[in-house]
Amino acid sequence: MPRSQRRSRRLAADLGLLVVAAAFVLPLAWVLLSAVDPHADLRVKIPDGFTFGNLDAVLTPDITYTPLLNSLILCGGATVLTVGCAALAAYPLSRYRSRLNRPFLLSILFATSLPITAIMVPVYALFVQINLIDTVQGTILFFTASQLPFAIWLMKNFMDGVPKELEEAAWTDGANAAQSLVRIVLPLMGPGLAVVTVFAFVMMWGNFFVPFMLLLSPDQMPASVSINDFFGNRGSVAYGQLAAFSVIYSTPVILLYLLVARRMGSGFTLGGAVKG
Amino acid sequence: MSHPASHPVSRSPLTRRVLRVLPLAPALVLLLLFLGGPIVYCAYLAFTDLQLTGQAHSSFVGLANFRRAFHDDAFLNAVWLTLVFTVLSALVGQNTLGLALATLMRRASKPVRTLTGGIVITAWVLPEVVAGFLLYAFFRREGTLDALLGLLHLPSENWLFTLPILAVSFANVWRGTAFSMLVYSAALDEIPNEIEESAEVDGAGGWRRMWHITLPMIRRSIGTNLMLNTLQTLSVFGLIWVMTRGGPGDRSQTLPLFMYEQAFQNSMIGYGTAVALLLLLVGSLFSVVYMRLLRTEV
Repeated sequence: MPRSQRRSRRLAADLGLLVVAAAFVLPLAWVLLSAVDPHADLRVKIPDGFTFGNLDAVLTPDITYTPLLNSLILCGGATVLTVGCAALAAYPLSRYRSRLNRPFLLSILFATSLPITAIMVPVYALFVQINLIDTVQGTILFFTASQLPFAIWLMKNFMDGVPKELEEAAWTDGANAAQSLVRIVLPLMGPGLAVVTVFAFVMMWGNFFVPFMLLLSPDQMPASVSINDFFGNRGSVAYGQLAAFSVIYSTPVILLYLLVARRMGSGFTLGGAVKG
Repeated sequence: MSHPASHPVSRSPLTRRVLRVLPLAPALVLLLLFLGGPIVYCAYLAFTDLQLTGQAHSSFVGLANFRRAFHDDAFLNAVWLTLVFTVLSALVGQNTLGLALATLMRRASKPVRTLTGGIVITAWVLPEVVAGFLLYAFFRREGTLDALLGLLHLPSENWLFTLPILAVSFANVWRGTAFSMLVYSAALDEIPNEIEESAEVDGAGGWRRMWHITLPMIRRSIGTNLMLNTLQTLSVFGLIWVMTRGGPGDRSQTLPLFMYEQAFQNSMIGYGTAVALLLLLVGSLFSVVYMRLLRTEV
């Protein structure tokens, strides 16, 4: 292809992408600009002044620190449980051949794609029956169960990528399966482990429906639910503060995503994850 | 495959087999209790008249909840809106835009590619409720969209009131397109360059190349992506809740919001669960199709 034609094609592609990018960036620009705008309202505009007032106003225990801490306890606890259980479960699935592996993996794959939203009403009714409603530990356990299928699936595929030969050396030195999992397999699949961990954490950090249904006391609510309080008394929404809080609440997951972005990007074929 | 013969500890085969599946136990217990349990309970509750108002006993009512649903205009409305929402935002919006972005990215210059990718992915990584607020501000009267229309001297409008289902569909496209984009970028990367080049030498134009060569080669990714988009969209709750609460009236009330309203605002857990069971069945159906698409690879 002649160079000029190639260049004009590139230009057309650039233009197309920039149009989409412009449309997508508007809501993001609103939240960033409004967070530092002393007179924020609903539209994107250049702030008429610059203020940390919005940040100052939301950085109180009631509005920011307690909900974020609640989010951290819920999501951190559930992530540790999820990754731990998934790593244990993935080991026999990846290392031993068994007639049960295939049915188990198929059930896991099936569970991966079930709409969790649909079972929240029965989960609520069930949690009332067994006294787990409005408890942090109950919510953590449900979060863990809802993330486990995908975590096991990913973990198994990452584990398949660690050559067995490396473990065999450890076995001859007398290590058992547990030692070989902790000392050899998991360190070697560090990047995969990071992807599973970050993915589970990010999914739960942003989840609104689960804590909204399973927690009742306001002082236990994570940020995903407490953010709705900004709309408590309609008509007098402090948009600047809402924006400032949104930025604070979203920053951790964006940073975490950046941490694993490259690895996720390259291995993102879900097919690829399936093939392992 | 079994352990090498040199494995130091020799145990009876049964003990060894038990020890091997032992690590599965914690995950299995959690899954059975907190995922399997509710699904079974869901199937049971859907046939009862359990209410929220603390009545002592609920009784078995057979198919009454389902019969009621299919005569309930509000339910049929929710089914219709769910269909519109899914087709518009998942099948048409996210899928097509994601493919278009992935295709353009292969030709675009690196800075533009990085910038666009970054922005689209940020929209996807944001917590659901935050995305809801951003799009609420975008579509409301005096929001950004109206400001843009004002620049073009077009009348302003409260889009969340006039076209609520369209507004939440666009919101879902904004939030979900990155996933399709990533899936298609990965799929397109796997097409060998020679194939595209030889088609080009043969004089096949852009659209024909897309239709006859590219799309057939990534058809598995298309299937996977459509299925996952659909499943994801069927369970959207927070985004719509934040933007419209399902309103005005019930004009953006998709099935998850309808289910919630029946169970908690109207205190009819039994009826709400029946709707949930239907949603779960539709989800399972898609899930099975999705698994068949991946079947050869498990």
